[in-house]
Amino acid sequence: MASLGIHNIRKIYPNGVEVLKGINLDIADGEFLILVGGSGCGKSTLLNMIAGLEPVTEGEITIGGKRVNDLPPKDRDIAMVFQSYALYPSMSVRQNIAFGLSLRKVPKAEQEATIARVAKLLQIEPLLDRKPAQLSGGQRQRVAMGRALAREPQIFLFDEPLSNLDAKLRVEMRSEIKLLHKRLGITTVYVTHDQIEAMTLGDKIAVMKDGVVQQFGTPDEIYNRPVNTFVAGFMGSPPMNLIPATLAINDGKLCAEVTVGPTGSKRVHLPLFGFDTSTLDTLTSTGSSVLLGLRPEHLTDTGRSNGMTANLTVPVDLAEPTGADTLIFITLGGARCIARLHPTAVAGRDEVELVVDTSAAVVFDRHTQEAIAFARV
Amino acid sequence: MNRAGRFLLYAALVSTAFYALAPMWVMLSTSLKTLDEIREGSLIAAPHAPTIEPWLKAWGTACSGVRCEGLKPFFLNSLLMTIPAVLISTLVGALNGYALTHWRFRGSDFLFTALLVGCFIPFQVVLLPMARLLGAVGISDSVFGLIFVHVVYGLAFTTLFFRNYYIGVPGELVKAARVDGAGFFTIFQRILLPISGPIFMVCVIWQFTQIWNDFLFGVVFAGSDSQPVTVALNNLVRTSTGVKEYNVDMAAAIIAALPTLLVYIVAGKYFVRGLTAGAVKG
Repeated sequence: MASLGIHNIRKIYPNGVEVLKGINLDIADGEFLILVGGSGCGKSTLLNMIAGLEPVTEGEITIGGKRVNDLPPKDRDIAMVFQSYALYPSMSVRQNIAFGLSLRKVPKAEQEATIARVAKLLQIEPLLDRKPAQLSGGQRQRVAMGRALAREPQIFLFDEPLSNLDAKLRVEMRSEIKLLHKRLGITTVYVTHDQIEAMTLGDKIAVMKDGVVQQFGTPDEIYNRPVNTFVAGFMGSPPMNLIPATLAINDGKLCAEVTVGPTGSKRVHLPLFGFDTSTLDTLTSTGSSVLLGLRPEHLTDTGRSNGMTANLTVPVDLAEPTGADTLIFITLGGARCIARLHPTAVAGRDEVELVVDTSAAVVFDRHTQEAIAFARV
Repeated sequence: MNRAGRFLLYAALVSTAFYALAPMWVMLSTSLKTLDEIREGSLIAAPHAPTIEPWLKAWGTACSGVRCEGLKPFFLNSLLMTIPAVLISTLVGALNGYALTHWRFRGSDFLFTALLVGCFIPFQVVLLPMARLLGAVGISDSVFGLIFVHVVYGLAFTTLFFRNYYIGVPGELVKAARVDGAGFFTIFQRILLPISGPIFMVCVIWQFTQIWNDFLFGVVFAGSDSQPVTVALNNLVRTSTGVKEYNVDMAAAIIAALPTLLVYIVAGKYFVRGLTAGAVKG
């Protein structure tokens, strides 16, 4: 097992397209790193570069402190699981797992022992003599993981391994991957476009866009303290509300002035709790026009007040019951927002009273889209 | 479908089959008749007293040019030329297709396009330059020269076949094998080749037919000892001395065509399957 270092990595294709623009990530031995972003953000390219399948244009990749830029994949002591599973079609499951071992001239008896161990771990013993074509999607996924595990690699690389599975299986395999990681403690890099996978699996998450890491941190940091509106909108489902607001001092307290309802005729002052007073001056002076970031669960019904809240009555544009919660669409600051309420608080009402937990808010600059102040310290 | 429709369908099919098979029948029946019977009887009548004498003569003693050893030595020449040429061009084509799809390099697309142009160059255009080349290398008038010509000429086609087949093989398969520690040739041999059966059949049939049936390269580049059966057949049929032996000519023509027929019968079903085979699902 080993740490992984990615320093100033750039990737420029011969046709001049720059897909990675200076990536810096460091994870410790045994950590689970998630690379998440939309399609074309460069996350898979970065993974391929860690694997050694794509040459590095500039920068340095280290595994266990050793520079691996010029090592071929087989000498990097990594194993990889692919989106399409990439099982060798002409070989049985057993041969698929043994392929890498036999290429590295592992003695036959040892190969057999490894296959048995891996098959037991992943419960694929009855499948060993089948061909990949005779397996279901979930079974193929397990075999692909088994093949990777057989190597006993320093680093595990996953390239969107669950996106070809149906929803139910995906949730199952997700927790299984997490369990496996907990049990084996192998350093892992996992590429996904699914923010739920990112939140549930990762020790560290790197949110990427256009070849740049937007934010690198723990799931908690990414979720609660997004550094810009892209991260705020990408992580979380439904995403963070971004409410156009104006900052003002009202009764000596910092407030956000927001219009309410589709017509925008009503204005309210939401007191912002828990903001560092030292940032107050900069906040009010740097043009007071901001975006107020609030998660749907921080716009909720009166039953969930914690004292650091402001109350607000809003007209309901649309209600979407999801079972446990009901999501309501409302208009704040002229933007469509989503609030998460207890189902009984909504039933049949045109207007609801919300509590707004402003102590969980993030203030973004409306022009740069960067976060300029966080409430919780 | 109603009865009348079905009847019409079968009538159309049977008459088409008859139309296609009639020349074959004439060849076969004529080859089994004596010369006397051919002169007296009608063209399409079955032989009264079938004889294999014309076949024996065509195979062993008929004169083509000045040699009177039948088609046998030339048939062997054809085998000696066709089998290596087919195998080499197919294997190299497979390697080309593999490299062009899964080990792309700068200019690989251009190279492929350039190779494709090779499919459209008429035989006649390359005759003179090829003759000079073979002479310079010292393999003119030999079976090696013929093999070389057919391999070079066939590569455009075999590369095209394999490239289009391998482009359907997911790139992740090759990546997975690389991570597992396999190199260029190991991946080709252990991963790609085992799933290439259908396209191999297509290539072999195509190349075998092309090379076995070729006349022009044979007549131009072969020495008198290495002439393929197509050239010998021409000489045999066109010999102007003596009586015209239609039965021997027909038997010789069938003998010359037999290997291609055989390849189609044995491997024909793979031909269609291979041509229509899509991506390989892993």
